[in-house]
Amino acid sequence: MSLLDVRDLSVVFQRRGERPFTAVDKVSFTVEPGQTVGLVGESGCGKSVTSLAIMGLLPKRGNKVTGEVLFEGTDLLRLRPDDLRDRRGREISMIFQDPLSSLNPVIPIGIQVAEVLERHQGRDRKQALRESRDLLDAVGIPDPQRRLSEYPHQISGGMRQRALIAIALACKPRLLIADEPTTALDVTIQAQILTLLKQLVDETGTALVMITHDLGVVAGLCDTVNVLYGGKVVERAPRHELFAHARHPYTHGLLNSVPRLDSPRGERLHAIRGSVADNIPWAEGCAFAPRCDNVVDACLEGPPPLEPTAGGGDLRCNNPVSEEVAVR
Amino acid sequence: MTEETTPLIELRDVKVHFPIKSGLLFDRTVGYVYAVDGVSLSIRKGETYGLVGESGCGKSTLGRGLLRLVEPTDGEIVFDGTDVRALKGEAMRQARRRMQMIFQDPLSSLDPRQSVESLLVEGLKAHGLAGDKAETNRRLRETLEAVGLPASALSKYPHEFSGGQRQRIGIARALVLNPDLIVADEPVSALDVSIQAQVLNLLEDLQNERGLTYLIIAHDLAVVRHIADTVGVMYLGGLVEEASSDDLYREPMHPYTRALMSAVPVPDPVVEDRRERILLAGDLPSPTNPPSGCRFHTRCPWAQPTRCADERPELRDVVGGHRVACHFAEEIAAGRIRPHEVEVELVRPTDGTGPVDPPGELIPTP
Repeated sequence: MSLLDVRDLSVVFQRRGERPFTAVDKVSFTVEPGQTVGLVGESGCGKSVTSLAIMGLLPKRGNKVTGEVLFEGTDLLRLRPDDLRDRRGREISMIFQDPLSSLNPVIPIGIQVAEVLERHQGRDRKQALRESRDLLDAVGIPDPQRRLSEYPHQISGGMRQRALIAIALACKPRLLIADEPTTALDVTIQAQILTLLKQLVDETGTALVMITHDLGVVAGLCDTVNVLYGGKVVERAPRHELFAHARHPYTHGLLNSVPRLDSPRGERLHAIRGSVADNIPWAEGCAFAPRCDNVVDACLEGPPPLEPTAGGGDLRCNNPVSEEVAVR
Repeated sequence: MTEETTPLIELRDVKVHFPIKSGLLFDRTVGYVYAVDGVSLSIRKGETYGLVGESGCGKSTLGRGLLRLVEPTDGEIVFDGTDVRALKGEAMRQARRRMQMIFQDPLSSLDPRQSVESLLVEGLKAHGLAGDKAETNRRLRETLEAVGLPASALSKYPHEFSGGQRQRIGIARALVLNPDLIVADEPVSALDVSIQAQVLNLLEDLQNERGLTYLIIAHDLAVVRHIADTVGVMYLGGLVEEASSDDLYREPMHPYTRALMSAVPVPDPVVEDRRERILLAGDLPSPTNPPSGCRFHTRCPWAQPTRCADERPELRDVVGGHRVACHFAEEIAAGRIRPHEVEVELVRPTDGTGPVDPPGELIPTP
């Protein structure tokens, strides 16, 4: 049994007087224990909404979540709020993009780490603080004893993100969801945080779902990568397979459009034409069709199915990029 | 001298310091933020100069200081033979026609209440170039076409466009005045990856067509490498390394550049798995209270006792136009100095801006 098995997860936002908007459209993927899975896509592809839906963090009103999120066989979407709260932070936890807005500004960092331990492990304050100090030390915060009584504004962005990771890992969860954990940080700090995450995941055996727009981050970290476009998974592959032979024209285009540090200079970038605003609804065909160079008639006759490929992945495309065409 | 080698703009020891004020009635200056602290560089005509560095290194301030959008504290800025800092009032305003800027976030740098036409005409009017209506109209259409927008865009408002298109409007606004120099401050970092490539290609095309000179300020090394001919790396208000794009990426010589380069993720698992990372310890020190000597010595894995902490290294030519501000650049390149562990120093966001209360203790230390 997979650790996390997301089946046909859909999130539809519905505001009064407006047309319903499907942010996540029947997304399915699995996470095995200890595995690192990437969800990649550009803004508006539904990657963050997917993670919020898994965690049950979407607002109660204005949206409809359907499908199943099986965590060790239990459907998190059907769990009573109290039971969900018992698991959240203990078995599954999450790191967000902006550490300043996800930490409480008026509570010392030590207390914020300690309260997780108090809530889930039944520690008393003193014991919890002692463990918090060790946690802060483990995530590489210098002089952790003194940091305990400091407030988030007193430490730098990179240290805040470390504190957030300490909170997330306090109860040794089996699954950690990281939503763009390094987007707000500078590259050298990003490298520190990614190295730390990799190391912690290796040491504790925690499975990691990494949500990001940065293909570079995925390349160094994830075992399996899911590429999302317009709320659907369009391609899924083991990372080596994906980066060597991207089959979906969107993935292929994305890899070709980013300037790389190690590519020869002076080459023109192959931009994907148009923007997300050109998408067509999946019901009418492939959402990417208006921007796609490989478009065929079948693309406008209904959504293409997600089918397994020879390379061990899945692909949703009528006319994929041939396997011989290497990226760049 | 040929046109190729004439510098269009030259900065000599430019400094931008911001005073930190304190007190209720009388603004006492209690210190300075040394945002840009002695930068000298020159950009040739038709060249693209890329300025990279992390947040807080002063790269944006330098770009703004160059156009005098913030007033430099000291130094010389020579644009096409005239000292920009000596220009006053009307003369300065007129000089600005030739130096335009593209900002990072097109939504906040375009007035939401102005149509595209009015946004573009505003600059023309300010410089007395909007006299002939038919001529203005032709110019607007031409500019829009150059940036890849339809003429129908003229009557629309910024919110009606996507992020990439808005950035095109920002570029059109700079372009309509037919400038010589364009300073682009993070022109693509607010855009989605697939759109970034479109805008980068556009900037390159415009340069080829019009012979523009660019100063591109960005934090993304891959973007800068792609577009720039010469790259300058900034750290804490100063240039630490400057070289042609190819040289810099083939052989970075300053320890900071090396660390920066090794930190950039490459979208290729084969490369990612075998490359070695130089992880920097700790955070960027506060620019209000920069470290003595070499600004980077507190985080440098190659720092050597006393000289690095005592003496600020000059930006010097090490090999063939490759300028590095490091006392030991040659020794490090030759492998005579080995990297060592660095003790993490805690940097506070409040550093130097006032007294920091010593934190109390939550658990008594044994």
